[in-house]
Amino acid sequence: MVKAIKLNDKDNVASVFDTVVAGDFVQVIDKRGHSFELKILQDIPYGHKVAIAELSVGDQVTKYGEEIGIASAVIHVGEHVHIQNIESIRGRGDWDKSAEDQATASLHKEVRS
Amino acid sequence: MKTEKPTFWGYVRKDGSVGTRNYVAILPSVVCVNEVVEAIVANTVMTQGIIHHQGCCQTPPDLERVTECLIKIGENPNVGAVLIVSLGCEGVDTDRLEATLRKTGKPIDRVNVQEVGGTSEAIKQGMDKAQNLIRAIAGEHRVEVDMTHFVMGIKCGASDTTSGIASNPVIGYVADKIVDLGGTVIFGETTEFIGAEHILKRRAKDAHVASEIDRIVIEMENRAKASGVDMRKGQPTPGNIKGGLSTIEEKSLGAIVKSGTKTIQGVIGYTEAPTGKGLWIKDSPGREIELLSGMAVGGAQVILFSTGRGAPQGFPVVPVIKICGNPLTYARMDKDMDVNAGLITTGERSLEEVGEETFNLLLRVASGEVSKGEAIKYSKSMDFYMLGPVI
Repeated sequence: MVKAIKLNDKDNVASVFDTVVAGDFVQVIDKRGHSFELKILQDIPYGHKVAIAELSVGDQVTKYGEEIGIASAVIHVGEHVHIQNIESIRGRGDWDKSAEDQATASLHKEVRS
Repeated sequence: MKTEKPTFWGYVRKDGSVGTRNYVAILPSVVCVNEVVEAIVANTVMTQGIIHHQGCCQTPPDLERVTECLIKIGENPNVGAVLIVSLGCEGVDTDRLEATLRKTGKPIDRVNVQEVGGTSEAIKQGMDKAQNLIRAIAGEHRVEVDMTHFVMGIKCGASDTTSGIASNPVIGYVADKIVDLGGTVIFGETTEFIGAEHILKRRAKDAHVASEIDRIVIEMENRAKASGVDMRKGQPTPGNIKGGLSTIEEKSLGAIVKSGTKTIQGVIGYTEAPTGKGLWIKDSPGREIELLSGMAVGGAQVILFSTGRGAPQGFPVVPVIKICGNPLTYARMDKDMDVNAGLITTGERSLEEVGEETFNLLLRVASGEVSKGEAIKYSKSMDFYMLGPVI
């Protein structure tokens, strides 16, 4: 079975170590070697991310135990997580500076709490 | 069951630092004497040439940087003795270089090419002097010390998709372990912080260190802008996106993860060494040759180097251990790669298992086992990071 790695206990995505298609199963392994099986809902290329928790719009996407962006759409467990459904909160030319600062500040608060 | 604290066997220097190697460093004060240095190294044992391409016709701040870097390489605990080879008319302050190194208590000598009568005579006298230095330190023996005496440098190069999900997390695991054991870890590559400064800053010891992280990133970006390049624009690149990186935060975190999770004690300049234990940032560029030199200048005794596509670089006086995240690269380049972190991607090993394997190898290399690159003398990837023009 194709493997995927959950790098940090806080993560809600895992990185898939081979190309998989909808209907495949992957074995998600954490850093200690514990694992569980997950059904893939969408085609996912090698090295890309799969959701391992349900995400609503605006939820923090977490990899390495840190935020890598926010969900821009509802994401179900087993779906491909990439530029079509997550957004950076950094370097946003389409936001004004204060909106970016606010988004960063609220994430910091969330992470600290 | 009582678990014993990890230790390594090293050469204790007069200042209390501990070397993992006992080399005679042959320091050229300027690029013009590199041939003399190479001839001395070719005809002696235990010697390593610090072959760089600086030292003259540079701005005063850069000449100061070269002088400082050469001093710090001579002070690195892996160096037991130093032979300075100078030309006589270079921009580097060779008198200060010699005087500062003499304060270490290590055997120091010097040969000046213009004074002794040319290249061939300098090679002869240099070999004689090197022979004395070698014989003065060759009898020194290793002593068992704890990890509070350990300073590790880290680096990633020739990265691919596996770097951020296999080899860099392995180095992060080892970095955390060394900090927990009271040791010191230095990481750099300021360019790679761009986009995740806000996350890195949360790990800063205090507000001052956080503002220092901001400062070095802005300065690095401004240097790129001065040459008409915006490093932030277009990140992640189309190639990164194809490889699965969705945002600039994710790309930067994939590199930063090799520093582990511990508190950042401070930001040090390129020519500086940490002033305490724990995790430190060295303001430095990402290119191998300048980065590896920066780590040696900072007092690193061993460097852990993560790669995906297969970076082969090594450094003259500091062992470099290669952690390869891509199992296909490891299979092709296993004579250059020390650890196969690709086994994480195939599910054969967990991150913690490869982390422990790497830590144990690190202790053995620190105690005298040679890394694969050292065994085949891949050790000349070095130069010093200059800021100004050649004039």
